[in-house]
Amino acid sequence: MQSTLQPEIDISTARHRHRPSQWVASVLVLAIAALIIWTFATNKNVDWGVIMKYLTFPSILDGLWTTIWLTVAAMAIGIVGGVVLASCRLSPNVLLKGAADVYVWFFRGTPLLVQLIFWYNIAIFIPRVEIGIPFTNVTFFSASTNDVVSPLGAALLGLALNEAAYMCEVVRGGLLSVSSGQSEAAQSLGLSGRQTFTQIVLPQAMRAIVPPTGNQVIGMLKGTSLVSVMAVYDLFYSAQAIYTTNGKVIPLLIVACIWYLIITSILYLFQSRLERRFARGIVRPPAKRKSNRQASSRTTVGLEGAAR
Amino acid sequence: MTPTTTVPLVRVAGVTKRFGRLTVLDDVSLEVETGEVVVLIGPSGAGKSTLLRTLNQLEAIDSGAIYVAGELVGYEMVNGTLLHRTKEDITRQRRRIGMVFQQFNLFQHMTALQNVIHAPIKVKRIKSADAKKAGLELLDRVGLADRADHYPSELSGGQQQRVAIARALAMEPEILLFDEPTSALDPELVDEVLRVMRQISEQGQTMMIVTHEMNFAREVADRVVFMADSRIQEIGTPDEIFSTNPNARLRAFLGAVGVKR
Repeated sequence: MQSTLQPEIDISTARHRHRPSQWVASVLVLAIAALIIWTFATNKNVDWGVIMKYLTFPSILDGLWTTIWLTVAAMAIGIVGGVVLASCRLSPNVLLKGAADVYVWFFRGTPLLVQLIFWYNIAIFIPRVEIGIPFTNVTFFSASTNDVVSPLGAALLGLALNEAAYMCEVVRGGLLSVSSGQSEAAQSLGLSGRQTFTQIVLPQAMRAIVPPTGNQVIGMLKGTSLVSVMAVYDLFYSAQAIYTTNGKVIPLLIVACIWYLIITSILYLFQSRLERRFARGIVRPPAKRKSNRQASSRTTVGLEGAAR
Repeated sequence: MTPTTTVPLVRVAGVTKRFGRLTVLDDVSLEVETGEVVVLIGPSGAGKSTLLRTLNQLEAIDSGAIYVAGELVGYEMVNGTLLHRTKEDITRQRRRIGMVFQQFNLFQHMTALQNVIHAPIKVKRIKSADAKKAGLELLDRVGLADRADHYPSELSGGQQQRVAIARALAMEPEILLFDEPTSALDPELVDEVLRVMRQISEQGQTMMIVTHEMNFAREVADRVVFMADSRIQEIGTPDEIFSTNPNARLRAFLGAVGVKR
């Protein structure tokens, strides 16, 4: 009754109420932020001169390079391995599926650090690598395992094999997110199994595969720091090597963190572009009505990435 | 030797199909001639969709045999032994059969035009420019020339289904299967799809249609097949099936869906 008598009200002019709890929260956040900044600015252990000096120090840049290519190589092998494992896990062949299941079970079920130390000591387990005909004396190639698998090779092997297990689950989830009607339509048009997979299913699965893969890459970038236990001079081990001689522990840890943050930021931008590319047909970039959804999905990914 | 002209385009001979303990097709036999429009009706769960899906090998059959254009579907005789066909051969057999699905199943990452021309380019190896020209003509035929660059998510259900029909037609199939093409559509969008199907049937396209649109069935069908309980119960002209056939199951079904004699 009332409302019909007051047509002049237009809710577009309404204001939000300010709740006291929001004020308290805001003050608290600002206070904590100020405290952190103040700690860093006044702490004598945070020597910005030292940080700037070592940020571009040759051995740090060498370590950075090792970290980058180790990440790229291990991810590349991990992704290929993950696709193979995922197709095995989705295969009707019981043996293939079983083998892939056991692989994923083992590599996800044991700590990466333990796996890396195992690969580092692989020569104790298998002293010689031989290629020949099994169960006979015929040998084409034989060498000491330590000659074949360097610490760097062991690091790459360990990271990549572990990554393949995780990427398998990422890829499998993506493939399962594409409805079976898509491959039925492709098959009834006469596309081969391979064409159906590469041209129809995989491109649509990518939308579900890219965000978690972004997390995996960021996880891998930081995970490479574990190879310091194998005396591989990655970014972190290079920083360690310097602070064990000059004692500037905090500045060098900050140097390492700055580089890790720079690379994850670049990866984050790259991932956003990839996500837009594979959102074709689902979210069109120019369409404003969908921008909300896009923004919120990205925030989620960012948070997950940060939480790792 | 039998002259090839007498070979039916589709011959389903004593086909049985089970899902576990459930028999969905029980000794089903059916022949479809070139140019014929056959409409399959019956209560849900009768096996109509499954029968269509066995034709292009989306479902494997458990016994019996299916022939398309005189060729055994899915199997071949090699030196006196019956073998499963190779994957390549199955793919080749599927090319001559087009299918339109209840859920459209348009490729979501492609525009309407890309959906239509993808298979002609990738499977038939037609030049991209030629495929585009033919694809636009097909989209025009289904009344969607102006939607060529739209993604499926930007089209209504009726528009999506019409693109799906154009996509199936682009491969110039010998037979076109429709699996409840209007069942997923809002009521006001059904007619635009039926109009396109009617137009295709008038051009001599062999069609097998599973539908609950009885008026449409009556109008376009050369023959109507009534299925129930995993079996074909009656086959006849629309007049026979809808008006004169005394089969009690059929009369009960038609009464339930509101068809008057």
